[in-house]
Amino acid sequence: MEIKTEDYRVCYDSATSTVFLAGFLRLPGMPEYEPIMNLMVDAIAQSSNMTIDLRELEFLNSSGISMLSMFVVKVRNQGDSQLRLLGSHKVFWQTKSLRNLQRLMPALKLEFA
Amino acid sequence: MDTCIVGKLPDKHLERQEYLTLNFAPTSAPQRQQRWYNNGLSADFLGDYFAAFFPGDPVAESAIDLKGTVKGAVSYIANELLENALKYSSESSNLPISITLYLEEREIVFQAINYADIDTAKRYRQFVEEIDSGDLDKIYMQQLEKTSLGDSGSCMGILTILQDYSAQGTWRFEPLADNSSVIRVSVTIYLVVRSSEQYSNGF
Repeated sequence: MEIKTEDYRVCYDSATSTVFLAGFLRLPGMPEYEPIMNLMVDAIAQSSNMTIDLRELEFLNSSGISMLSMFVVKVRNQGDSQLRLLGSHKVFWQTKSLRNLQRLMPALKLEFA
Repeated sequence: MDTCIVGKLPDKHLERQEYLTLNFAPTSAPQRQQRWYNNGLSADFLGDYFAAFFPGDPVAESAIDLKGTVKGAVSYIANELLENALKYSSESSNLPISITLYLEEREIVFQAINYADIDTAKRYRQFVEEIDSGDLDKIYMQQLEKTSLGDSGSCMGILTILQDYSAQGTWRFEPLADNSSVIRVSVTIYLVVRSSEQYSNGF
C-alpha cells in the first residue's frame, strides 16, 4: 500500500507493521485526507500492533492533525489494538502537537527519536 | 453586525515601519485549488524570511535552535491563517486576502485579513468569543474529540496556534461601509519568539 505525490509519501510496510508518512502534507480537508486515512485503517486491520512513523513528515496542517486524531480515536474506541507513534525531536510541529494525541488515547505509545 | 473586537491585545500595528505583506487578488472557484497549494509556498517563504533575522542559538529543552523554531512556528501559523482566510472568504465580494508579519523585539505579529459573508463571520465570531472567554485547554480537547468524529468545521487551525504554539489572538469584525452583508475579518496573532531571559541577554 502506497500513496505518493510530489509533496508527500505514505506507505505501509507489513513486515514491520509500520505506516510511514514523509514530506509535506497540507491537504484542504477531510475528504482529501480520506485515502491516507483508509490506508491506515487497512493497515491496522492487518496488524493489531501498529506503528505510525512520522519522523520524516516535515509539515502537517491542522486538517492533517485532525485526521491523525480521528485515527487515534478510532483505534481507542475499537479497544483491541496497540498503537505507537514515532516522532522526531528535530521536526518542530511534532514537538508541539503530537502529545495531544496521547491525551486522546492514554494507552498510545509516543516515542521521539 | 456592528464592529466588534474579540481579544485582549491591540490589533492595529500600522504605525510600524518594518513589516512584510503578501496580498492575494480575489480568485474564482477553479483557481482556489491552485491558490490552496500556493499557501504552502507563501508560508514556507515567510518562515524562511523571518528565520533569517534570528541566530541559530540553542533553545532550552529543545533539539531545534532558535532559527529553526522561528521557521517552524512562522510557517505553521502563516499556513493556517492563509488556509482559513481562503476557506472563509466570500467569493462574491471580489476582495483580496492579505497577510502581514511584523517583526517586534520579542515577538512576531501576524495579521491576516479576509472578507467573509455575514453568516460565516457570525459563526467565527461566536467561536473566537468562546475561546477568548473560556478554558482553552478544555475547548481544544473537546474540539479534537469532535473533529475525530468527522466535524470538519472545528477550527483546529486557530486552536493549535493558540494552544500548541502558545500564541495569543485578537479578532476584529467590521462590516463594509457600502455593503453591510460583507464583513472584513482581521485576525492578529502574537507569537513570542524570545524569552525574557534571552531578551535581557541582548539576543
